[in-house]
Amino acid sequence: MSAVMTDPAAAAKYQRFGRPLWRRLLLRTETAIILAIVLLIIIATATVPYFAQPYTYLTMLLNSAPILLMLIPVTLIIITGEIDLSVGSVLGFSSVIFGLSYAAGVPLLVAAVLAIVGGGLIGLFNGVLVTVVGLPSLAVTIGTLALFRGIAVGLLGTRAVTDFPEEVLGFVISPIFGSPLPMVTVAILVLVVAFAVLLHFTPFGRGVFAIGLSPEAAAFSGVRVNRTKLILFVLSGLVASATGVYYTLQYSNAIGTNGYGFELQVVTAIVLGGVSIWGGRGTLLGALAGGVLIAALNKTLQLAGIGSDTISIVTGAALIFSVVVASVAGSISRRRRGKASAIAAGA
Amino acid sequence: MTTTLKLPPIETGRSVFGKIIHAREVGLIVLIIALVAVTTVIQPSFLFSDGGFRELLRQPTILILIALGQAIVIITRNIDLSVGSILCLCTYLSGWLFANVPGIPIPVVVVIGILLGAFLGLINGLLVAFLKVPSLVITLGTLYAYRGIAILWIGPHFIRSSWLPPEYRKLGTMQVFGIPVLLIIVAIVVLLVGWFMTNRRAGRDLYALGSNPEAATLFGLSERRLTLNAFVTSGALAGLGGLVYLSIYATGDAKVGTGYELESVAAAVVGGVAIIGGSGTIWGVALGAFFLATISSALPVLGVPSLWQQSIVGVFIVGAILLDRLLFLNRTLQAKRKGRAL
Repeated sequence: MSAVMTDPAAAAKYQRFGRPLWRRLLLRTETAIILAIVLLIIIATATVPYFAQPYTYLTMLLNSAPILLMLIPVTLIIITGEIDLSVGSVLGFSSVIFGLSYAAGVPLLVAAVLAIVGGGLIGLFNGVLVTVVGLPSLAVTIGTLALFRGIAVGLLGTRAVTDFPEEVLGFVISPIFGSPLPMVTVAILVLVVAFAVLLHFTPFGRGVFAIGLSPEAAAFSGVRVNRTKLILFVLSGLVASATGVYYTLQYSNAIGTNGYGFELQVVTAIVLGGVSIWGGRGTLLGALAGGVLIAALNKTLQLAGIGSDTISIVTGAALIFSVVVASVAGSISRRRRGKASAIAAGA
Repeated sequence: MTTTLKLPPIETGRSVFGKIIHAREVGLIVLIIALVAVTTVIQPSFLFSDGGFRELLRQPTILILIALGQAIVIITRNIDLSVGSILCLCTYLSGWLFANVPGIPIPVVVVIGILLGAFLGLINGLLVAFLKVPSLVITLGTLYAYRGIAILWIGPHFIRSSWLPPEYRKLGTMQVFGIPVLLIIVAIVVLLVGWFMTNRRAGRDLYALGSNPEAATLFGLSERRLTLNAFVTSGALAGLGGLVYLSIYATGDAKVGTGYELESVAAAVVGGVAIIGGSGTIWGVALGAFFLATISSALPVLGVPSLWQQSIVGVFIVGAILLDRLLFLNRTLQAKRKGRAL
């Protein structure tokens, strides 16, 4: 340390390990994903017939909206180092509650509120088991995944509720004033902004990152670890069940299997977007970009006539590729940082 | 404190009888017997009919095999979500071999099926062990990737029972002293894996890695090698599961094995494997899988529509982890009390 003090020039030379701003921006996962989306859309517009149409974007967003909505709170949960695999089942459960109560004569709005409150209670159940009882969230939410999917399928059986009011259905899938974006885009944007502010600009959000890096350290520095996690699980349940109501209206169909397997797609999008599954690292923008990239890939493949067969290969390959790149990049930067600090220590 | 360190003998505080009563395995056996008994009272043909007894013993075999592999992976603090997709590829490859290679001997197909599973498990293991990426992410990726390969390869086709040689089809229904041959094969596999995990050094190393990776590495165990071993075993067992599936159902399409990833985790957890690794017995896992599979065949008989089956599975997962937690808290409480008494 004294060597550095005596030679300010050497200190300046070796201690500034920070890269220039443009490189820091360019080397982020989010930037890479967004560039990939732009590149994909340019290539698709140039080569895939019928891609450059407003209708393409409309259906692309409609198809991916449930995933994009649900990944928002789950991203925060993953940053705390926990996981919520029950979101797909909560979607199905809420869809069934919504459909059943509407079919029983409950007004549409009240039915929606009932469904959303139900989802919030499931989130609370998950959260209590994880925080108060202290169970691992992976096991808890695999359990509630099976439990509430089973209840959803059991309640409606092989029936389906499909007779929702026409005007509501039309509103849900209509584009916003001539733009190629469906109404749900507004909901996605509002939620993303709200959660991004919560995560990146509030003490609560910094607590979320702190918990992910080290729960003990976070607790010692005054973060209320259990309360934070509990709130996040409830939020996840609320958003997933609201998505269930939306999904039901979008397809005008309440059945028990709605949203089957969505939990894995949600986690895929989040991890693809550069959020560390160990917790502590990631951004909401990245997670959202990951979801959009998968949606754009799906749409391109579908329009290119390659068909839905390859979509799961592409999803899986994209996920593995992203973690491979992150792992290699991580080890390279660790090595360079190691060298730099070795030089600094030597100086 | 200043004198010689004298460790008190490890005292669990329970007699042999108490240990037996408190073992997870005993609880599961009691549950299975109770379940079968109640179901049989309501519907005698559940057990006392030609097909009933055979179905009861034959149907859990696939889940048992997959759950064993899953348990070994979970014991090392990992998870393998790709088992269902591996099973699908192995099932179809085996059926395809029978159809397209006339006169291929059955043992060759069995070996190839298991090898394919082991190979797919090896890919999982390599990615997890060398990239230091959580297995949840890697096997989520290969869950999709393997399933995608299966969809691409199989398309709308499916295995026809006419593809299979008659001896192989007979294997599914063959019985020795009333016990299905498939169950005997699976029981042998369970015994082998269980013996290996309890008595062999390599098996204990897996527990050591799962209960404390840092300590295991300091002790000189190779984390990479052990992780690879666990995933290859899981893949191979899923491959064997695919072969059993083929002999039971004599059909199979690109959707075979969907959902086994969660069911196998459920079986392992119900069988007493801690999801954070390091503990659980193979016997418990086999019984857990048997129990879950029996529930799904008993529910329709009990008058519960099979649609509710998944929620019962969920109840048992949540119940099992809650029970484990309570037992753990109880143990620490007792240990504390004892510590104070000393």
